[in-house]
Amino acid sequence: MEGGSVSSDEHRENGRGSPFAPHTAAETTAMLDAVGVESEDHLFDIPEEIEFDGSFDIEPRSERAIREEIASMLGRNEDLVEFLGRGHYDHYVPSAVDHLADRSEFLTSYTQYQPEVAQGFLQALFEYQSMLVELTGLEVANCSMYDAATALGEAATLAVRVRATSGDRVLVPEQLHDGRRAVLDSYLAGTDAIVETYPMDDGIVDRDALADAIDEDCVMVYTENPTVRGTIEEGLGAIGELTDDHDALFCLGSDPVALSLLEEPASVGADVVIGDAALGLGAADGMGLGLFATREAFLRQVPGRLVGTGEDSEERRAYTLTLQTREQHIRRERATSNICTNQAWVALRAAMHVAWLGPDGLTDLAKESVTRANEVAERLDAIDGVTAPVHDRHHFREVVARTDREASALKEDLEAEGYAIHAIDDHLVQVCVTETNADRIDDLVAAVEAVA
Amino acid sequence: MKFNQARWTRETPEEGGEVYEPLLVEKSSRAVETDDAPLPDDLTRDGIELPDPAEPELARHYTRLSQMNYGVENGPFPLGSCTMKYNPSFTEDVAALPEAATHPDRSTDSVQGNLELRHKLADSLARIGGMDAVTLQPPAGAAGEFTGILIAKAYHEQNGNDRNEIVVPESAHGTNFASAALAGYEVVSLPSADDGRVDVDALRAAVSDDTAALMLTNPNTLGLFERDIEEIADIVHDAGGLLYYDGANLNALLGRARPGDMGFDVMHYNVHKTFATPHGGGGPGAGPVGVVEELAPYLPTPQVSEIDSDEPDDEEAASDDASYERFEPEHSIGKVHGFAGNWLVLVKTYAYIARLGDPGLRDTSAKAVLNANYLASQIDYDIPFEPFHHEFVASADRDAADVAKRMLDYGVHPPTTKWPEIVDEALMTEPTESESRAALDHLARAFDRAAADDDVTLETAPERTAARRIDQASAARNPRLSWHALDDE
Repeated sequence: MEGGSVSSDEHRENGRGSPFAPHTAAETTAMLDAVGVESEDHLFDIPEEIEFDGSFDIEPRSERAIREEIASMLGRNEDLVEFLGRGHYDHYVPSAVDHLADRSEFLTSYTQYQPEVAQGFLQALFEYQSMLVELTGLEVANCSMYDAATALGEAATLAVRVRATSGDRVLVPEQLHDGRRAVLDSYLAGTDAIVETYPMDDGIVDRDALADAIDEDCVMVYTENPTVRGTIEEGLGAIGELTDDHDALFCLGSDPVALSLLEEPASVGADVVIGDAALGLGAADGMGLGLFATREAFLRQVPGRLVGTGEDSEERRAYTLTLQTREQHIRRERATSNICTNQAWVALRAAMHVAWLGPDGLTDLAKESVTRANEVAERLDAIDGVTAPVHDRHHFREVVARTDREASALKEDLEAEGYAIHAIDDHLVQVCVTETNADRIDDLVAAVEAVA
Repeated sequence: MKFNQARWTRETPEEGGEVYEPLLVEKSSRAVETDDAPLPDDLTRDGIELPDPAEPELARHYTRLSQMNYGVENGPFPLGSCTMKYNPSFTEDVAALPEAATHPDRSTDSVQGNLELRHKLADSLARIGGMDAVTLQPPAGAAGEFTGILIAKAYHEQNGNDRNEIVVPESAHGTNFASAALAGYEVVSLPSADDGRVDVDALRAAVSDDTAALMLTNPNTLGLFERDIEEIADIVHDAGGLLYYDGANLNALLGRARPGDMGFDVMHYNVHKTFATPHGGGGPGAGPVGVVEELAPYLPTPQVSEIDSDEPDDEEAASDDASYERFEPEHSIGKVHGFAGNWLVLVKTYAYIARLGDPGLRDTSAKAVLNANYLASQIDYDIPFEPFHHEFVASADRDAADVAKRMLDYGVHPPTTKWPEIVDEALMTEPTESESRAALDHLARAFDRAAADDDVTLETAPERTAARRIDQASAARNPRLSWHALDDE
């Protein structure tokens, strides 16, 4: 322990200290002298009664050992070909995105409180916001929420704020991802708002039923395009008019791939667009990127961070976090949201990914999402004991199929064959296809044939 | 050391002026129509316009942007309360393992590896915090606060207690106030005592039958340890309230004291601070929440548990074959993330904790506190509150924001400015354990040189950064939030 960098290195290798604290023993001694204390322990002002003198029983390991340990642990995951979607989609991530986003100046930076040294990230987030403005047709996009579910929760609290004087009903489709619904309920726990469902008609909104359900007490109507069942909504313009007539906010859930092809949200009267990026991350066990875009009228009610342009003292265009008086660190309990750390780096990845694809690549991906869904439906329908698609609608990425066998049993048998699909009801399964599993459709079909 | 950040500029042919690195859309943009879609026209948009760079162009654009950005690997980043320490590279590699990339709806049997890692991480965090159970679902610290407050709320409701107030010290992070308000509570702001700590008498006066919880970080944002924590806990508990620990400053206590032992009932961990999982320019992070046994039934769903082995006598076999299941706690508050939180961040956290182990965790707090005290001893600033732990608040004799801008020119990121408001022209400084003595000496010189520079230099600083001083006030007055807004000019 006494002095010199050699013993300090040993100290680290022996795991007796933090490998990421660069101090040699001699430096530590000199610094303690400068502070005027005998040992590090004397720096702590903790009453004896609550001092911790136990062990966590966590053995330090070498970097190599940890890589092996985690690889071995995760190796217990079965190697299944996933045909899973329902709000979380595996898209191929180009190598350029991984390598560029991993540059440490991006990866190891913090929120851009000092814009002069953070121009790079600020500009990248400005470009991300701009892409969402293009995709949604709305004027304002923030630079991220955690995921689609939390973005939906924020949309509902925004609706409650902007329509604070009347009404408390939030209407959502009866076919809605469980996680989205549950998070929406959590976000509304602190308000008087209540969430109610409206019926669906063969996979899309039952507009007559929605018209019956909506009234002057309704603060927001949420609908999705594509829906959780992969169907493409057919009456968005009418829903927009209906919500407008009742002065309710129209919140639309989507994703960047779908937005590049399907009806532009602004043109159907959407007031807020939420969603998950579905790009740039892969299937990271549900880790997401919440999109949030809205009309300029609600600019000062937007949750989260916004990047805007300004000028620097050389009169060049520069970027900065702006309108921070909405945010928690200034407005505290009157803030528009409690969000602080967001998904900035994931937003960076999504912007890189969209730019890498370009408009042709992105819209091609969207078109393929339609044709592949059609193809898989057709192939499944040809199997005895399977009918697909269940919904007589257009589809995006995924389809629901009816099975004579119990869906959960079919799903389990398929898993034994190496394929993962959703079982969503007693006799309903759901299958999702993207470019990452499209070349395995033949195999999936053969496996379903074998177990159906 | 002479610092100059890369500054990429380009002439604008139209105006004869200069801009910094142009937007992608200004380099190459393309509009496409969508009329050949395999869908009826009325279901599709007309077209879309997006940047269309070739990959080499894309690579240069983002490389230049990265060079105009400052991260921990560029130099010291002593943002008080944010804990910006070195992020080891190997954690990125383990998080990028292909086996980690599973869909969240996979069956329990098919993702035993993920569930094992989740279970072991939750267990380690519980032991580090002195808690009985942990959820990994909250995707950020503030999300953890919200989760913790929802748990407190559900607990009180389950016990027939209708409480509508949360007490928060005025020096607390803004997220505390916002999270409490989001959960529907009235926020009662608690003034600090003259010594910068919780005013115990004021606390006594503030708590009542209406108090659902007190939110507190310890050490507080001045770096001061709340020595009266046991008394504070008694006051809150006697009133029937819960004690919430804001884990933002846990780095200062690792292995020295545990929130659970101090009487806290619920806490969040900022793994992107304490356990060096990169902030990534402001996220993703993760904000696991720990609770005492009484509150475990309220945790979000799903939780992961280890299934008891069929052969309890055979310990060897039991640990080899350990299997895990998901379950919904009895009075679960539901969910705070659509799926199961920021998984890749959690993998990095597991790797980081494993690398440190007991001795590394304990050494972390030792060196973090030593570094803060050493840095403070090397600068010529008034530091009104001590003894501090991992961070201190220095008071600048002049405008703290100007001092901060000038510090940028000396190759360091400045401390957090103007907060907490208890100190005039505050510079809240947290060097963390990963700065060497040489880096701290450099940081100290940046502090002192900035303080000694003349007014004009300070007011016009910075000069060596990618952009010069940005007029944030006019940016807010005339918000232009996308490249579409630039077209109008």
